[in-house]
Amino acid sequence: MTAPLLSVRDLRTWFHTPSGVARAVDGVSFDVMPHETVGVVGESGCGKSVTSLSILRLIDRPGVIEPGSRIEFEGRDLMTLPEREMRAIRGNRISMIFQEPMTSLNPVFTVGDQVAEVARVHSSASKREAWERAVEMLSTVGMPAAAERAKEYPHQLSGGLRQRVMIAMALMMGPALLIADEPTTALDVTIQAQILELLAEMQERIGMSILLITHDLGVIAESATRVLVMYAGQVVEEAPVSRLFAAPHHPYTEGLLAAMPRVGAERERLAVIPGSVPPPTHWPSGCRFHDRCPFAWERCAAEPPPLYQIGEKHVSRCHLADEPERRAKPHEPLAATRA
Amino acid sequence: MSSSRVAAWVLCTVLTVALCRWLERAGARAGDDAGPWRRALARFHHDRVAMVALWLVVAASMVAALAPWLAPYSPTATPDIVELKNLPPSFAHFMGTDFASRDVFSRLLYGARVSLSIALLAILLSATVGTLYGAAAGYYGGRVDAVMMRIIDAALSVPRILLLITLLVLWGAVPVAALIVVLGFTGWFGVSRLVRAEVLALKERDMVVAARALGARDRDIILRHILPNVVSPVVVAATLGIANVIVIEAGLSYLGIGVRPPLPSWGNMIQDGVSQIATVWWVSLFPGLAIVATVMAFNIIGDGLRDALDPRQLDG
Repeated sequence: MTAPLLSVRDLRTWFHTPSGVARAVDGVSFDVMPHETVGVVGESGCGKSVTSLSILRLIDRPGVIEPGSRIEFEGRDLMTLPEREMRAIRGNRISMIFQEPMTSLNPVFTVGDQVAEVARVHSSASKREAWERAVEMLSTVGMPAAAERAKEYPHQLSGGLRQRVMIAMALMMGPALLIADEPTTALDVTIQAQILELLAEMQERIGMSILLITHDLGVIAESATRVLVMYAGQVVEEAPVSRLFAAPHHPYTEGLLAAMPRVGAERERLAVIPGSVPPPTHWPSGCRFHDRCPFAWERCAAEPPPLYQIGEKHVSRCHLADEPERRAKPHEPLAATRA
Repeated sequence: MSSSRVAAWVLCTVLTVALCRWLERAGARAGDDAGPWRRALARFHHDRVAMVALWLVVAASMVAALAPWLAPYSPTATPDIVELKNLPPSFAHFMGTDFASRDVFSRLLYGARVSLSIALLAILLSATVGTLYGAAAGYYGGRVDAVMMRIIDAALSVPRILLLITLLVLWGAVPVAALIVVLGFTGWFGVSRLVRAEVLALKERDMVVAARALGARDRDIILRHILPNVVSPVVVAATLGIANVIVIEAGLSYLGIGVRPPLPSWGNMIQDGVSQIATVWWVSLFPGLAIVATVMAFNIIGDGLRDALDPRQLDG
């Protein structure tokens, strides 16, 4: 068995705000193997993005990665690395792309200049060499007429092309891990497919791993091999992608899958999960999903569930694993009765 | 008129026209493929009133730069304080002469030199200091920011004009360089606040997070992502600030504590004529008009730049 490329253990990123401690990420553990695509899904506010920013140590005050959290990458402990060395990893060994390709690019520089800048930060390339490599990279990520378009400014490009520029910047140095935080959310559906295809192609070429963060299960189904489902700052279920879609265990995962629109399902109203994610300063006691869960019983409010092993490579943070007979008796969740 | 002075006037006119036409054409040529600065110039170019003001400022700057070659007389020579004093405007003296028989027109040209260069240098100083201070406060945030901004609050609680009068009176006869420094160092508080607010907003932008995620250093982020994006509000504030400094300098010189005679500034020229303003009106009128026109022009340009550099404001 090969060693994982990235190994996160008990990651806790808390925000110490005047209105209390927001435990945005609260004990997250997972591995990313070489060449693998791991999907992370969950609603807004479940801690997906904070997890990815924590890996790069880009959390600003009042956010703190709590002591005891461990992040290992290529055998190095990222938590204790000096800032200088951390900077040499960002954009070089671990890269990141974001949801909004317009606001992620600097409006006052040409896109070629911005791609070239990455090479200049991480290597001793001259201005000219960096520019040439930037043009080459832009053409690799499918920018038509790259040599000319490199001289254009972000506002002159379409959303899809801007995301290609971001990808070119992120992949310039051939990273081992790409963190893609909602890379297709701001794009049209047709462009989404192209961008996902491009990411898969680049993964093949560079041999990198991808941590794909999204709230869109369709994107996960298309690209990921393994899925982490996050809720309220924790991983609630982890499984290979086919297994998760075929046999979800956690009621939250079931809810997410049921809420997915399907072609063919005629005029049925979309299922929703009642209530919304609770504020991170006040996670519910016991299981954090218990007030929205159709199966919750007394134990759920009292005892936080551990990650139960459900099957091979399949874990779920739900007491149903312990008492499966409870699944037969769904009821109105607390959140629904409260609303 | 000597032929060399005619040549100087022709040169001055040609340079003014050439510079203005060049700016206009650079703006007119800027298409969608131009950089953000050129596009701003293009928007500015559509603002007719601002373009007129720009012509005026360019012309005033040219006159100031070429004053020694343009002026028909020496600004300080007093050829005959009995026969030639307080002459009304005539062919020999376009704007008459003052109580010391000095040619008002020549003094006005030299005065442009003094008043405009003091304003320009003082503003360069305030804009630089204000931008660096504001950028540092905004970028580092937290306690650093809190302390730095309380200092600004304290500085702003003292009226600038009062502070200046106190300083200059205590100083006695200030050299022009010191006047520039004093004007510059009392004028940057507003700019620093502006820049700080802008930086606070900018550093939360995805583009800064993205740059950090790609390994950029603090220095790269400040130089590439923060400063270029705060240039526009600073340029606008500086342009409006020039107008303000011209007025303040004129006021101080009028009071006799700014630019000291015999060196002419528009402010102390008004003072020269104020005691006989009913009869010898030309001594104060022309420098007064020069101040009004220049200050208005800078204010109009500032407003035009604001619209050109931040087209979002037009939507509101």
